[in-house]
Amino acid sequence: MSLIFVPFRILGGIPLGFIRELGRMACFLAVSFYWMAFPPYLLRRIIKQINFIGVKTTFVIVLTGLFIGMVLALQSYYALVKFGAEASLGPVVALSLIRELGPVISALMATGCAGSALTAQIGIMRITEQIDALDAMALNPYKYLIIPNLIAGIISIPLLNAIVVVVGIFGGYAVGIGLMGLNSGTYFGGISDFVKMKDILGGLYKSLSFGVLIAWISCYKGYNAGHGAEGVSKATIQAVVLSSVLILVWDYFLTSVLTT
Amino acid sequence: MINVVDVYKSFNGHKVLRGINLTVKDGQSMALIGGSGQGKSILLKHIIGLIKPDQGKVLIDNQDIGRLRGKLLKQLKERFGVVFQGGALFDSLTVFENVAFPLREKTRLKDSAISDKVYNELTRVRLSGAEDKYPSEISGGMKKRAALARCLIMEPQIVLFDEPTAGLDPLTEKAIHKLIQDCQKNLNFTSIIVTHEIPAIFSIVDRVAMLFEGKIIAEGTPDEIQASMDPIVHQFIHGELEGPISIQ
Repeated sequence: MSLIFVPFRILGGIPLGFIRELGRMACFLAVSFYWMAFPPYLLRRIIKQINFIGVKTTFVIVLTGLFIGMVLALQSYYALVKFGAEASLGPVVALSLIRELGPVISALMATGCAGSALTAQIGIMRITEQIDALDAMALNPYKYLIIPNLIAGIISIPLLNAIVVVVGIFGGYAVGIGLMGLNSGTYFGGISDFVKMKDILGGLYKSLSFGVLIAWISCYKGYNAGHGAEGVSKATIQAVVLSSVLILVWDYFLTSVLTT
Repeated sequence: MINVVDVYKSFNGHKVLRGINLTVKDGQSMALIGGSGQGKSILLKHIIGLIKPDQGKVLIDNQDIGRLRGKLLKQLKERFGVVFQGGALFDSLTVFENVAFPLREKTRLKDSAISDKVYNELTRVRLSGAEDKYPSEISGGMKKRAALARCLIMEPQIVLFDEPTAGLDPLTEKAIHKLIQDCQKNLNFTSIIVTHEIPAIFSIVDRVAMLFEGKIIAEGTPDEIQASMDPIVHQFIHGELEGPISIQ
């Protein structure tokens, strides 16, 4: 009798496990926001984590932003020139970066650089009982580990996004003006004509939510890392994959909402 | 007084603790012995409230630590000090910062007062000169001593040691045992020491309890345990390969 139900149990177990994990993740975020409502706010730790998530990712972000802007300008130029609309290169590059590529690229790069390191760091603290030590000292691990990272994510990712956008626009400028011989005034004039505050705010909302998402997933995976080095490496991989996928999925939903 | 009353705990269907009953009186030191994987560290985590039992309760001076919340739980936990197996020192902080950490986070002492207390504590555990080193730069024995200093700096009433001498050479092991004994004598805290160091541990504790298959199968003074005719206790404390305990 029970053998008949084994395949059903296995089939049912997969979505149930997935829903259970989602529930745990949601509870983790809810508990983090609950503790975020109460002081003390560990300013030094927040600044340290801004340095960890933001500053240490800046070089990679600058490089990525520069080349994204350059390649975007190059591709767009060849498409626009067919319609005699090469003067629109500035707005095309700027709007693509501000509304879409800036928030997504900065979030993906921060996931790869800082998110993975964050998971590994918290995961190592878990397996070496450093989190238990905090708890045993009657100190709230959420206050010391999770909330500073959430706040740092919320502050850092929009700033990284701004860097990608600005550097990308100048990358596009270098290609458009330096290589393709466009007029500098046309490039920047088009940007100031076509880019509206709504576009900038859309990008900001996206990167703010990505900041929460990266810190949330990275901290959750590290906090619940399994045993030993294998547990930490598994948690790190899961954090990077899940964050990256969720960034793209969430980006689609947010774009749908912001453009309607 | 610590009272563990009929505690059961399972993980993923695997029964780890199967009705633990244990009492440790104030000022007493208790060694918790037993084979690897018998649930000694799990029991210790129940006592500090890091794990909640499936059934039963852990009473600290008649307060059920599993049911306490918020401020009351915090106040109770503040009476504890724990020395974890690997030391659990924060690897991003120096030895000085690790020992100063509880004082900085939980008291309003000035930096100079914190500094004095930390240096005193480091001297007590014979770790002077290592204050600027990071945990990765010091030996296993030094890590345990630093963890002991961090634990004792808040003057806890109850100290839990999870294998404080695991992985140390015999001389360092003896030094750590002596240190624990001296600290216990001077500070008069209640302690539970999870250990495999037999017979060395018998000379520094008041009582010994042996955990086997999730239950306390023997409890008594070190002399009583050493004289025990229970075949499991006898095999374990004499390290005999033949007997009722199967070696895995």
